[in-house]
Amino acid sequence: MIRLENVSKTFTLHNQNSAVIQVMQGASFTVTAGECVALTGNSGAGKSTLMRMIYGNYLAASGAIWIGDTDVAKAQPREIIALRRETLGYVSQFLRVVPRVATVDVVAEPLLMTGTPFETAHAKARDLLTRLNIPQTLWDLSPMTFSGGEQQRVNIARGFVRDYPALLLDEPTASLDATNRETVLTLIEEAKTRGTAIVGIFHDHPARERVADREIDVSQFSPKQVA
Amino acid sequence: MTNPLFSVRDVAKYYGGRIGCADVSFDLYPGEVMGIVGESGSGKSTLLNCLAGHLTPDAGQILFDTRTGGVRDTREMSEPERRMLSRTDWAFVHQHARDGLRMSVSAGGNVGERLMAVGARRYDTIRAQAIDWLGRVEIDESRIDDRPTAFSGGMQQRLQIARNLVTGPRLVFMDEPTGGLDVSVQARLLDLLRSLVREMGLSAIIVTHDLAVVRLLADRLMVMKSGYVVEAGLTDQVLDDPQHAYTQLLVSSVLQV
Amino acid sequence: MSDYNFAYLDEQTKRMIRRAILKGVAIPGYQVPFASREMPMPYGWGTGGVQVSAACLTPEDTFKVIDQGADDTTNAVSIRKFFEFTAGVAVTEHTGEATVIQTRHRIPEEPLREDQILVYQVPIPEPLRFLEPRETETRKMHALEEYGLMHVKLYEDISRHGNIATSYAYPVKVEGRYVMDPSPIPKFDNPKLEMAAIQLFGAGREQRIYAIPPYTQVISLDFEDYPFDPSKADHPCDLCGAEHTYLDEVIIDDAGGRMFVCSDTDYCAGRQADGHRGRLSPIQEAAE
Repeated sequence: MIRLENVSKTFTLHNQNSAVIQVMQGASFTVTAGECVALTGNSGAGKSTLMRMIYGNYLAASGAIWIGDTDVAKAQPREIIALRRETLGYVSQFLRVVPRVATVDVVAEPLLMTGTPFETAHAKARDLLTRLNIPQTLWDLSPMTFSGGEQQRVNIARGFVRDYPALLLDEPTASLDATNRETVLTLIEEAKTRGTAIVGIFHDHPARERVADREIDVSQFSPKQVA
Repeated sequence: MTNPLFSVRDVAKYYGGRIGCADVSFDLYPGEVMGIVGESGSGKSTLLNCLAGHLTPDAGQILFDTRTGGVRDTREMSEPERRMLSRTDWAFVHQHARDGLRMSVSAGGNVGERLMAVGARRYDTIRAQAIDWLGRVEIDESRIDDRPTAFSGGMQQRLQIARNLVTGPRLVFMDEPTGGLDVSVQARLLDLLRSLVREMGLSAIIVTHDLAVVRLLADRLMVMKSGYVVEAGLTDQVLDDPQHAYTQLLVSSVLQV
Repeated sequence: MSDYNFAYLDEQTKRMIRRAILKGVAIPGYQVPFASREMPMPYGWGTGGVQVSAACLTPEDTFKVIDQGADDTTNAVSIRKFFEFTAGVAVTEHTGEATVIQTRHRIPEEPLREDQILVYQVPIPEPLRFLEPRETETRKMHALEEYGLMHVKLYEDISRHGNIATSYAYPVKVEGRYVMDPSPIPKFDNPKLEMAAIQLFGAGREQRIYAIPPYTQVISLDFEDYPFDPSKADHPCDLCGAEHTYLDEVIIDDAGGRMFVCSDTDYCAGRQADGHRGRLSPIQEAAE
């Protein structure tokens, strides 16, 4: 489902004397349907960078990133948008929403965008918010005013509301209490059972051992330093 | 795959020896929202006005997939055809609502004008549609006979949007649609635009200097500097991983809240 | 006679105006620009109509002037005297005898014939002016037949008053093409715009001439569910008893007493001469 071939990444800092920083090269791995792969490595090893390249946020310098039949590294914007709408979900650490939109609408939006009827979408959204212990009194408020943990759970609900064939998880259990952490891990296991291919970053060791089938140490893709 | 709704090829506009915009090409597909960002004088408004037919470009093609006549170069259309297009399939939302509204005509008349322009001749139907659209832009029905002069800035802007969308256009041009509004009013307008774009499957081209606005509204982005497009791509890719020196400067110049 | 050229204007000016008239007749309802001259009367007193009349008059013509339907108001008398003096033409107060009739704000009740010319004084020739003040834009709208805005005005009427409250200068579409302001005639007169006589419109200050040739289709704009209604006061004329004419309301005492009389004085006098009598007719007893 997800296949990386020889992916490299450079940053060119034009405003700092055009310094070119090579941050990754030769990244190759495959994630099959129903499999969960955890990215590991020290802070700064490039876990988030790699994740963002898979999602299309960061531009790969070379190589191919296949999600199904789409090569994210070369796709047109509209192909990536279609991919994100239909195929590729992403739970980031930060919630980015239009101000003023109600939480339940934020969560239901991915379903509405793919043509799910309003009622069905909202029922699914309410169900997830309930499972993630977001008090019903908050559903009609904008999540922008929520605490960090609540925002994180809204983000998770939005990421899991649709059954994406591929899913990217960036620290999904960070800043969650034990009950909610358990719910999120169950959601991940359910997604795997459905056949979702998952790439995740988990600093939470027990969580990683429970849901991840394999670990990939990202530091192996660090460019060799020229002596 | 579907065909582009709107294709722009090598469009250029010169003001004497000065470049307004040059070498601009892109395809816009049905349902896509594209943002154009850049600082004042970067040529983004010139480009938008060329695309919308308010200015005549000096070079290039502006192709639109019309409902009845297939793909046409709008530059080669006769003026009546072009004006008809801008009243039916196209819409233009001005930065200042008073440029896009008739200030001496009631809210209902403002919304109804485009309907009457395309031949609606039943008062009751026109009024019912005006009421429906005022509701969709969250203006209370009781305000239908008030003039826009009695409306707040945010309401005026929402009225302008209703007036533009009532004929069900397929392509909307927006020039700084949230400029000059309070932030809370901006947020409401952004939310409204986003849901209308989704419900109606609109394609839109939004000119703004506000990167937060494009991040929320636009699928893709063109960055302009000195009349040229210096970078284009998926909105969050351009903003999160800018490739061009100017874009890097632009993104790093935004104040964090 | 006098030291003036025939009908005051010099021949070159009259040729220029006749060209504008011919163009107007050829394009019914289209506003033809012309080089309006200074006339010995203030703008708003009919300088446009006077110039059109001057260009149309021949020594054989019989001239009539009405103002709001009356032959005896200051404006009507002045203009009639003006042409008597500068052209030496015959003048009349009888509609049937006139060959050229200059009018302000009315169409005579008596149907006009093919050998007559009706000249209108026009204050503002542009029907779109109040909604779109830019002349460049309104001319483009006429050229491209973009008349949605005219209905916006009628829409505003209905939304504010419950019906189309425009009661004079009611916009019309001429021969299916140009939307035209028929000058401030009451909408009661609109149906009469389709007539046998040639109708010429002159706007002196605005420097425009337009025309409706004989038997041209003239349709008053409306909505399907709010059709055009050439309403009139629900009274007969108090002098001649006519029930089909446009009436003036006249206050006759300090106690609120009032009477309704035909605004077309010649028509009313003609009916009274034929023996028709109204409620307050002063010669009622004498006739009985």
